[in-house]
Amino acid sequence: MNLTLYVWRQKGPKDLGKLEQYEAPNVSPDQSFLEMLDDVNEVLIKTGKDPIAFDHDCREGICGMCSTVVNGRPHGGQDRTTVCQLHMRTFKDGDSIYIEPWKAKAFPIVKDLVVDRSALDAIQNAGGYTSCHTGGVPDANAVMISQPAAEYAMDAAECIGCGACVAGCPNSSAMLFTGNKVAQLAALPQGRPEAKARVKAMTEALKECGFGNCTNHYECQAACPKGIDVKFIAKLNREYIKSLLP
Amino acid sequence: MILDGKCPTGPIEQSWDKHRFEMKLVNPANKRKYKILMVGTGLAGGAGAASLGELGYNVHAFCYQDSARRAHSIAAQGGINAAKNYPNDGDSIYRLFYDTIKGGDFRAREADVWRLAQVSNNIIDQCVAQGVPFARDYAGYLDNRSFGGAQVSRTFYARGQTGQQLLLGAYSALCRQVKAKTVTMHPRTEMLDLVVVDGVAKGITVRNLTTGQIESHWGDAVVLATGGYVNVFYLSTNAMGCSVTAVWKAAKKGAYMANPCYTQIHPTCIPQHGEHQSKLTLMSESLRNDGRCWVPKKKEDCEKPAGAIPEEDRDYYLERKYPSFGNLAPRDIASRAAKEQCDDDRGVGPGKRGVYLDFADSINRLGQHTIAARYGNLFEMYEKITDENGYKQPMRIYPAPHYSMGGLWVDYNCMSNVPGLFVLGEANFSVHGANRLGASALMQGLADGYFVIPYTIANYLVTVKPGAVTDAHPEFKKSADEVKGQINKLLSINGKKTVSDMHRALGKIMWNNVGMARSKQSLTAALKEIPALREEFWKNVKVSGSGEEFNQQLENAGRLADFLEFGEMLAKDALHREESCGGHFRVEHQYDDGEAKRDDENFCYAAAWEFKGNDKEPELHKEPLKFENVHLAVRSYK
Ligand SMILES: Cc1cc2nc3c(=O)[nH]c(=O)nc-3n(C[C@H](O)[C@H](O)[C@H](O)COP(=O)(O)OP(=O)(O)OC[C@H]3O[C@@H](n4cnc5c(N)ncnc54)[C@H](O)[C@@H]3O)c2cc1C
Ligand code: SF4
Ligand code: FES
Repeated sequence: MNLTLYVWRQKGPKDLGKLEQYEAPNVSPDQSFLEMLDDVNEVLIKTGKDPIAFDHDCREGICGMCSTVVNGRPHGGQDRTTVCQLHMRTFKDGDSIYIEPWKAKAFPIVKDLVVDRSALDAIQNAGGYTSCHTGGVPDANAVMISQPAAEYAMDAAECIGCGACVAGCPNSSAMLFTGNKVAQLAALPQGRPEAKARVKAMTEALKECGFGNCTNHYECQAACPKGIDVKFIAKLNREYIKSLLP
Repeated sequence: MILDGKCPTGPIEQSWDKHRFEMKLVNPANKRKYKILMVGTGLAGGAGAASLGELGYNVHAFCYQDSARRAHSIAAQGGINAAKNYPNDGDSIYRLFYDTIKGGDFRAREADVWRLAQVSNNIIDQCVAQGVPFARDYAGYLDNRSFGGAQVSRTFYARGQTGQQLLLGAYSALCRQVKAKTVTMHPRTEMLDLVVVDGVAKGITVRNLTTGQIESHWGDAVVLATGGYVNVFYLSTNAMGCSVTAVWKAAKKGAYMANPCYTQIHPTCIPQHGEHQSKLTLMSESLRNDGRCWVPKKKEDCEKPAGAIPEEDRDYYLERKYPSFGNLAPRDIASRAAKEQCDDDRGVGPGKRGVYLDFADSINRLGQHTIAARYGNLFEMYEKITDENGYKQPMRIYPAPHYSMGGLWVDYNCMSNVPGLFVLGEANFSVHGANRLGASALMQGLADGYFVIPYTIANYLVTVKPGAVTDAHPEFKKSADEVKGQINKLLSINGKKTVSDMHRALGKIMWNNVGMARSKQSLTAALKEIPALREEFWKNVKVSGSGEEFNQQLENAGRLADFLEFGEMLAKDALHREESCGGHFRVEHQYDDGEAKRDDENFCYAAAWEFKGNDKEPELHKEPLKFENVHLAVRSYK
């Protein structure tokens, strides 16, 4: 099939970007979206033009590196799919596709579709861990964890840290991302002792990094390629309130 | 030269404890004066940086992705081994040790493998304390599954995302140290050279991938934990950015490269769909717990839908050939068996390069619900890529390059032959011999990072004065100039072929000649074609843009330049090893039934190659392998 692309091009963080038009001929339905972009880039390189910069690495939906808004939807809006897992069979011949970066104050643009997501690391650095020492921990089966608690923690822990939730949210809130870590660790006995300090530190970092607040649009859950439930935002709020109580 | 791995002597059961006691310690008050450079933040580097930071060292950690959390360890699906023996099915440290030595086809060092098995249990404890949500049974205890090459259930897992959860655990420990200011992170930074001063590793030269700036970093020790090199085959299960660059730059500065020909081709990957494909996707080996591999018995059935082929016309070739391990035969064996069926013209799917992995029996026995609970995300992934439903029709799989057992040579302390240069995880050659068993790479990465390097590095650091050499030393400028020189050269060629064109060409040479079946003839051909391609690369590659900006083509070009040199060494190693063992299969050396024929008399050693320049032969150094605890025997899974 033949497609027309409108791609956000921006030389660097201080430049004004704009959409540019490219043709993508002979696209195979079995190709992935990023493989289609690879082909477009091959032509650009051969004709002496600057190829489109986009982040990617694992190309199997787990590293969280790819980060592209396709037709207005982060990762293209397919259920539980990152943009690297998006396949061209979901498009049809003659389609126009708009391709843009994550847009959020906390994610400055590096180049074209590449953004700086170090704010997500900053949130995690603030308290997204248990303070256990290497060595000096009890046997793994010494503390039992009920299966539902382990499953709940795992549901939250599936987050790949891509930032699509932020890109999809009208307030650029990172509450789903933050709620995941808070909820995962709060659900486990190993994470309980520090739960109060953790939620305080992480929400403080959220504010400092320039992310907005949650006003219940649920766009984050819709954008999330791991289908993570907004219930973890509710959990974040509950843990936060608990942390204020003596 | 005969290399010495410096293994402790005496009974193996006490070897690590004894060695730990004998090693020197750094005075706690002095630790912060030592600067350690950790290149890589995967399981090995992330765990190592966090643990060293916690001890009080001044650690600088580097990765090429935009966050430490994205190292390719994240993609590991199936699980991690440990000798906990929670299921009471006969496991022990000794058995894990034995299985790993045997699985590696008797080409690994006993003492290193023993230590790995011993600390495996600590790893699981550590991860649980970090909040890694491993699978649990109804009573709340940890659950296990089985993996290839073992008859016990010793694999711990977190759904189909074990690597992700373990890496996020290590990353969280790293975050804690970043907050404590013992670790400084340098993401989007690529190491492009090792700085060696008077024969000792003293720093690295890096490129800031955002600005393009070339920077020097000095350290009292340099640790490489930069992962594997199977992207030399172009199509592999590795991430797009995985490269041999850090390792190869060290090799060019004198570090020996050990057993580069030991590469693992994983049996259960989604077959290739076309020429424009950029990578291959693995389906976890754990699927072989419940899936059965088969191909049609008759050639003429290959084009029919799987459901139309009656039971008696199916060849469950693994169960037929290896009745005691069946579908859980080790990877090298399972991959070769799949290739054999396809070479016999009984493959399925496009190009007939595929075999079935069938879950129908398990679904009948356990219900789709149970299978979905075990592997739901893998079925989902399979469907996304192939548009086929693995519950309704068998999956199609084919082997793909996956893991490198070879790597930089290290002694028992994980130190290379270049003093001050340590190597951890997939980047070193230490424990997997000629074939790695499933769920053992995660174990090795975390063992090296959490429980080995924190001890062994101290033993080295006590011999150097902290900060004795800094980036003021002229070697740093020299290295930075060389790196800039190479970048300028790449940008100035302005030829006709793109980096991907040429990487694809290298991949073809490697896969066809140095892949699952190697012969003197194919290897000799590769050794002609690789240098020719390298020459063409330096004349005809096209890299656009400049060096002083975010430039992904330039990054890829540099990585390919290194693969083009390293690939030749890999082929040379394969040509010199006149035997078949593990992942290295020489068609000249096989038994009548097609099984690999090892030659212990002549090849029971690790081959460590010293790079001497592209136009010169590398020099071979041998480290003889001694087997004092496990008897050298023909590996049998029948
Ligand atoms: C798809 C897949 C599934 C797997 N499943 C399993 C499994 O179930 N069980 C199991 O035991 N093993 C599995 N493995 C193998 C295992 O995941 C890896 O061997 C292991 O995680 C490697 O860890 P590492 O820390 O050595 O390297 P990596 O995790 O690859 O980390 C390398 C690090 O080095 C950095 N780096 C590399 N080069 C440079 C450079 N030049 N400059 C700066 N930084 C650099 C990277 O940024 C990264 O941080 C799997 C592998 C793959 C590919
Ligand atoms: S919550 Fe979902 S969208 Fe947000 S970072 Fe995690 S995986 Fe990405
Ligand atoms: S490239 Fe890793 S998730 Fe898309």
